[in-house]
Amino acid sequence: MAKIVFKHPESLKENIFHYCPGCGHSIVHRLVAEVIDEMGIRGVTIGVPPAGCAVLAYNYFDVDMIEALHGRGPAMATAIKRCLPDRLVFSYQGDGDLAAIGIAESFHAANRGENISVIFINNAVYGMTGGQMAPTTMLNQRSTTTPAGRKQAVDGYPVKVSEIFSQLDGATYVERCAVSSPAGVNKTKKAIRKAFQCQMAGLGFSLVEVLSLCPTNWKLSSVDSCKYIDEVMSKVFPPGVYKDQTGQSGKTAEARP
Amino acid sequence: MNKILMSGNNVIGEAAIRAGCRFYAGYPITPQNELTEYMAEHMRNAEGGVFIQSESEVAAINMIAGAAAAGVRVMTSSSGPGISLKQEGISSMAAQELPGIIVNIMRGGPGLGNILPSQGDYFQATRGGGHGDYRTIVFAPGSCQELADLTMDAFDLADKYRTPAMILADGMMGQMMEPVIFKKPKPRQYPEKFMLRGAGSGKSKFIRGLLLDPVDSEAHNWKLARKYEVISENETRCEEHRIDDAKLVIVAYGTAARIAKGAIKRLRSHDMKIGLFRPITLWPFPEMRLRTLSEKVNNFLVFEMSTGQMLEDVRLALQGYADIEFHGRPGGAVPTPAELANVIARVYEQKD
Repeated sequence: MAKIVFKHPESLKENIFHYCPGCGHSIVHRLVAEVIDEMGIRGVTIGVPPAGCAVLAYNYFDVDMIEALHGRGPAMATAIKRCLPDRLVFSYQGDGDLAAIGIAESFHAANRGENISVIFINNAVYGMTGGQMAPTTMLNQRSTTTPAGRKQAVDGYPVKVSEIFSQLDGATYVERCAVSSPAGVNKTKKAIRKAFQCQMAGLGFSLVEVLSLCPTNWKLSSVDSCKYIDEVMSKVFPPGVYKDQTGQSGKTAEARP
Repeated sequence: MNKILMSGNNVIGEAAIRAGCRFYAGYPITPQNELTEYMAEHMRNAEGGVFIQSESEVAAINMIAGAAAAGVRVMTSSSGPGISLKQEGISSMAAQELPGIIVNIMRGGPGLGNILPSQGDYFQATRGGGHGDYRTIVFAPGSCQELADLTMDAFDLADKYRTPAMILADGMMGQMMEPVIFKKPKPRQYPEKFMLRGAGSGKSKFIRGLLLDPVDSEAHNWKLARKYEVISENETRCEEHRIDDAKLVIVAYGTAARIAKGAIKRLRSHDMKIGLFRPITLWPFPEMRLRTLSEKVNNFLVFEMSTGQMLEDVRLALQGYADIEFHGRPGGAVPTPAELANVIARVYEQKD
């Protein structure tokens, strides 16, 4: 009998993605769904999609989902997890959602050590609204609101989420990956699995930052977008494990008071 | 049932916990801090109770939305500036049809205003407050006993109609102490199908507020509107006090109504025939009851601790069938019953 080596993940609906050709969301959605399937946690998973390109994520994920207001995913996820501590709760956020309007909710959820997972898509641009500057837009990168390129003097610097969040005592696991190559995709999947395992083991806050493609707003081909991540973005946002306390005894699955 | 002497803010907290509230998130702001502190102290002894001091009012409202979706009875509380920050979340809860209680212990405004009792948030509370076509059920308690009863009732109605409900009180109500008897709460009636607790082996659910298709969006808006119509028909509450022979009726709610009662007592002892109409629900406003009253009373005096907000609802209710005078004390000013009695007496004598 033939062995199935590749199939549509059960946690992903059959709907056709509305994302632009080459967009990284489709890849990350699939990875999250594959991890949920492999861990056998579809029935206990609750996802919190953001405002942004992934706002319609509930059309794709076949798990319970509630759409959060812009930036407030971690606040919502915090509450759901506190009420249902044995469920897997993840928020899925873009760079504007996490690092601009929702920085307070994200920062404090991490700082409280909420036992949730955040999948953070960093494509250095606001995709849904048409290519405006994101908090992670790099210096000299052009966007529709930085037509001459992002200038430090007026726009400040790109926000380095993994670097900042890994400094918080409440964060247990923080890794930055990139979906610009098959190796990067595999690493991203591993990181997502680790984040979810961290949560299921009750070890606390996990965040996976994914450097993701936005060919439409970068005005590059898909292939050139992958190169852009590898050659430009990765220099500003170096991939790697920023924090991993999953093996340490200091973080225990101690019940909350 | 024993009487317990408690301050208003604590009464709300105790009533909420007794009603089965098991999730509270809030951010400190005067004059409602005692409520946040009460929940911190007492939620830990309630089975399954969760208390979170959130990083902001914005986070708090989104937390209670999340917990409501998870199927838990939820509450948050704040005062004017913090309630303004919660508005996007309240609008979203209305859109996503999530039940929850928002307590506004009003203080002087606009802006940071001050921390004294005021009624300047009437428009914000009764007109929806946030963006879009929606309404919030608004209770205006007039005593600590009502704070207890209406807080419990608010949970039931929020569940029944799957919509946020507000307790609109003020710094005076929050701080004052009165004896209270807590009634037995009704068992919760909230179907599991509205809860988001993981799909199990079944079909997954989603709760959304963004409806990109105008056909869906319009249908959703009409669905909400029909719900608000049902609430308007069935859930208005008011108190009529000494109106049988009244020639002048004061219309006031909450703390203002208490002051008015004191004033009426004085004036009645001078044979002035004055009564009180006190809306207990501000939305839905007890419009028809007030209009009926105008069949036998021609003169009304609206008294609010604002520059005149409920006044508009009284005008809409009376539709020109009666004369309406107004007396307002905005910005944290609270008159004594004697002061108000002088104002009422002047109006009464002009009309008499």
